[in-house]
Amino acid sequence: MKIPLSWLKDYVDITLPVEQLAERLTLAGLEVESLTRIGELWDRDKIFVGQILAVTRHPDADRLVLARVAYGAAEPLTVVTGAPNLYPYVGQDLSGGRGPKVAFAIAGARLIDGHSVERKVVTLKAGKIRGVVSQGMVCSEKELDLSDEHEGILILPADAPVGMPLADYLGDIILEFDIKGAFGHLQCVVGIAREIAALTGQTLRHPVPPDYLATPRVPDADFAGIVIRDPDLCLRYSAALIEGVQVGPSPYWMQQRLIRAGMRPINNIVDITNYVMLEIGQPLHAFDYDLLCQRAGGRPTIIMRRAYPGEHLVTLDGVDRELDPDMLMITDTAGTIAVGGVMGGANTEVSDRTSTVLLEAANFDFLSIRRTTQLLKLSSEAGARFGKRVDPELTVAALARAGQLMAELAGGTVRPVYGDVYPNPASEKTITLAPNYVNRLLGIEVPVPEMVRILRALEFGVEEVGRQGGGETSRQGEEGDSLSPCLFVTVPTHRQDVTIPADLVEEIGRVYGYDRMPHTLLQDELPPQRRNLALEGEEKVRDVLVGCGLTEVITYSMIDRRDEARLMRREVPSQEYVTVLNPLSSERAHLRRTLLPGLLNTARANLRFTERVAIFELGRVFYPRPAETLPAELRRVSALLVGPREPVGWQPRDATPLGFFDLKGVVETLLARLELKEAIWERGEHPAMHSGRTARLLVAGREVGHIGELHPLVRVAFDLPSQPVAIMELDLDALLADWGAAAPMTEISNQPPVYEDLAVVVDEAVPAAQVAGLIRQAGGKLLVDLRLFDVYRGGQIPAGKKSLAYSLTFQAVDRTLTDEDTGKLRVRIVGRLARELNATLRA
Amino acid sequence: MHENLVALREAALSELAAAVDAEALEAWRIKYLSRKGGALSEAVKALAALPREERPVYGQAVNAVKAAIEAAFAKRQEQLKAAALEAELSGSAIDVTLPGRKPSLGRLHVTTQNLRQLYAIFAEMGFQVYDAPDVETDDYNFGLLNIPPYHPARDMWDTFWVSQSATPQPTERSLVMRTHTSPGQIRVMRERCPEPIRVILPGKCYRYEQITARSEHQFYQMEGLAVGKNIRMTDLIGTLQQFARRMYGAGRRLRVRGSYFPFTEPSIEADMDCILCGGKGCGVCKYTGWLEIAGAGMVHPVVLRNGGYDPDIYSGFAFGMGVERPAMLKYKINDIRYFYGNDLRFLEQFG
Repeated sequence: MKIPLSWLKDYVDITLPVEQLAERLTLAGLEVESLTRIGELWDRDKIFVGQILAVTRHPDADRLVLARVAYGAAEPLTVVTGAPNLYPYVGQDLSGGRGPKVAFAIAGARLIDGHSVERKVVTLKAGKIRGVVSQGMVCSEKELDLSDEHEGILILPADAPVGMPLADYLGDIILEFDIKGAFGHLQCVVGIAREIAALTGQTLRHPVPPDYLATPRVPDADFAGIVIRDPDLCLRYSAALIEGVQVGPSPYWMQQRLIRAGMRPINNIVDITNYVMLEIGQPLHAFDYDLLCQRAGGRPTIIMRRAYPGEHLVTLDGVDRELDPDMLMITDTAGTIAVGGVMGGANTEVSDRTSTVLLEAANFDFLSIRRTTQLLKLSSEAGARFGKRVDPELTVAALARAGQLMAELAGGTVRPVYGDVYPNPASEKTITLAPNYVNRLLGIEVPVPEMVRILRALEFGVEEVGRQGGGETSRQGEEGDSLSPCLFVTVPTHRQDVTIPADLVEEIGRVYGYDRMPHTLLQDELPPQRRNLALEGEEKVRDVLVGCGLTEVITYSMIDRRDEARLMRREVPSQEYVTVLNPLSSERAHLRRTLLPGLLNTARANLRFTERVAIFELGRVFYPRPAETLPAELRRVSALLVGPREPVGWQPRDATPLGFFDLKGVVETLLARLELKEAIWERGEHPAMHSGRTARLLVAGREVGHIGELHPLVRVAFDLPSQPVAIMELDLDALLADWGAAAPMTEISNQPPVYEDLAVVVDEAVPAAQVAGLIRQAGGKLLVDLRLFDVYRGGQIPAGKKSLAYSLTFQAVDRTLTDEDTGKLRVRIVGRLARELNATLRA
Repeated sequence: MHENLVALREAALSELAAAVDAEALEAWRIKYLSRKGGALSEAVKALAALPREERPVYGQAVNAVKAAIEAAFAKRQEQLKAAALEAELSGSAIDVTLPGRKPSLGRLHVTTQNLRQLYAIFAEMGFQVYDAPDVETDDYNFGLLNIPPYHPARDMWDTFWVSQSATPQPTERSLVMRTHTSPGQIRVMRERCPEPIRVILPGKCYRYEQITARSEHQFYQMEGLAVGKNIRMTDLIGTLQQFARRMYGAGRRLRVRGSYFPFTEPSIEADMDCILCGGKGCGVCKYTGWLEIAGAGMVHPVVLRNGGYDPDIYSGFAFGMGVERPAMLKYKINDIRYFYGNDLRFLEQFG
């Protein structure tokens, strides 16, 4: 919202420099986004309001004229100009103040170069043009930095005072506000002026002359009937009939204000409705009364009702709109004439031929207006204001103000007749405010008189009760005292947003100034501090994976379902997804069920720059759970490894492609660091993984996830180079279910260990984990370490068999083991392997 | 002197001089100095075979030879040790400017690093992390936070609507991707009431915005909430001031201004002096000298009540802040898309 400072000055004295004013407003919650200076370049002693005294032909140029200009100095000056809008004055008698008023610059003035495409500041110099000395310049809007208009020079209103510095006549500063929240009362000049008055200790001057409000407010049955059929949506409807208007351009000053407030001048009638809206915040609409009468075949009746199913209206912007039965329409007996509070219809629009105007000032349910503007995708200044709650008491005042302006500016005979239907007038709101509450919430001691001053400055009614002796007995610090004062606050109708004491605390706080408040530290009781195992577990997993050389990535929750189909090698039915109803694009239309596509896409993107990618993501996946309110959000951790095991260096490196066992090693490290002991690895199946290179991991009997190498078809589908890609996805909740308890330490033995090697030959199909498991079982407590150091096939080993060689460490806590001890264990282990796996010792 | 002794001495010394490494020296020692069968022992033994009158002379001579040989041995031993040390030191010099062998360590995402910093700062003030879901009901995301349907405040958040129905209707409006971390306020209050509360609620949020250098549809936010019987606006301002100084440096100044949020009353926004220009005005702070760090306020009585707390007895403050934005300021990252692009050349620049 843009407001010219000069307009604010109509209603409040500005006592601060504008920068300080902007800062003060910003701190009070009315953020001033920018200050734009109109006429920043206009030196007071260089550019003036001038008047053309005579226009004559240039002796040597057809397209140039000589203009003699008075500008308040003793002697008028002559300038050479090519402005086409001065040609008609050539040779005319302009004496007696008949000549047009112009913006006149003398040598030394700073102007914008009218011929340059870019904005270029130049300093005016006197000089000869085609042999004639030009002593100054009559300026175009472009040269004055007002607009890009450079076709002719700027012609000022006839009443512009000759000799006045242009900066005083046309200069201004425009404040642009960014006001958050549904504050109808801040959507107008008077509303901002009221805030300035309260913040700077000045008095607000209301715009409407009070006696004008005394005009009768009863409906006049002769000019139009007003019927509110849906009073839940249309809260009030007031109208005035203004006869004998002459439609034409509005005066220059009004056009300037509208332009500077960001609106486009149309004609005097429309401009006045907009001007009053900008001024006091009440949107108005003007109907052509004669068109209404034609439609009604006599006296019109204005009916406020919900749209009928199937009803249409062509709005002022020329669009045929389909209406919804919950939209409030302004109608007459012949049909719809406006979308209530949003936009008028083309069928009753004011035109050049209009002579009688039915002026509407109404009030609507603000949520309904917002619903309508959203459903119709139709934004308008009126709709935006009504959507932020407009004071229902403004309607008649706005009609009075607009009537006054139409009388002054639209000519003809004006006879405002009011009609006003207000089925359920808003009752006066009062709030009981305990000053203790204010100070308790703010944490400071605002004196009661200061609270009263602030509220009254914002036009709240304040009555103090409980203060005996005119305020003498009441002082600060009467905590909880029943005698402590209380404020009965009457909420002005323009503050539709204020309903509870906390709202008043905000008013007091922001006007008092948050910058004046001390900074304190929480003194309230410290809440019970709880351990957050879920978060600790996540962070531990992150740390371990980072320690294992993996870099964390964070991908999008909203994904392309086709990516998951590529991963799972099947179409996943859409009902298995949480669906985004209004996605940004089809690539972001569902919530992810797995983290893997994000990692695969990340790997592909990075492999363009690097040969090795080792990444993980820890995040949530989403599964629909229609029987419950919310979908399931499951925590997952996924990882991906691709590329050579070691990066290129100057020393020998291991360039073996990273594969299953690298990632398994990472997971084993993770399990070890989480001190999870009951892990079982078994052959697994996963549609995205190589069928012979996939493991299923169980911890404490619970499935935790799969680790494997990417299926070759999936690798192709994701456009990855043909080399192994190790991936995993683990269910973090299952992984961490038993995590967090401290395990007691294992006693460290000082007894000498005994080392033995054992090579056994088993069937190819026997999993190594089974062999190791049996050795551990048979070895019992005395077998403290078991390592596989060789897997061998061929040579002396029969086909279909493999040799597994282990090194075993035996050790007791309390004694030195003898050869006899270890010999017995060895026999037991070998016997067990022979019995259960038909294993033989390798010769 | 006895001829044999002279010969022994000469042979021993010349062989000693020829011993050039530890192995040869040891062989020499065994040959000459070993107690069992060493040449010197043998020479001493020969004493017994001599006539009594010759023994003193011979004895003295043997002792002199022994002393000479042992002294020479000790000296030779030192020499060889010194030579070996010299050889080890001079022969194995390296070019220390060659690159080292790096252990392969990964990196935490820059967002995680920032979140951890936030956790640590607020933990010192007694705020603990509370987790809430990404998918929320309309009620938690809006209604219970004092934002009814079509309320103008909803314009502050462009919302993604979601459905878990098998046949989703485009007009369904019951589930949202949370547009802010604030719905967690209701969840933690309902869980903890009537205990006092001090929590932070970090997490992903989603807004219907096109993905550009300045806007993302997914981002992290962190909410703070304190509820108790004596929580004041000045506490909120003080807490934010502490945060600004811990996060951005001891000298940071805080500016508090009035604002509007439907779930706080009064509402404020907190700015700090621009960390790039120090408040003089620059492109980053849009020439205002200030950078917004948090939206905040006293918890709205309706929200307190929706959380189960009686606003006549309890008060609270809440604040919300971005997580990527401080990182962008800190590291001069000019494009938010880096955070979700996962380009390793970006991620590997941080810590």
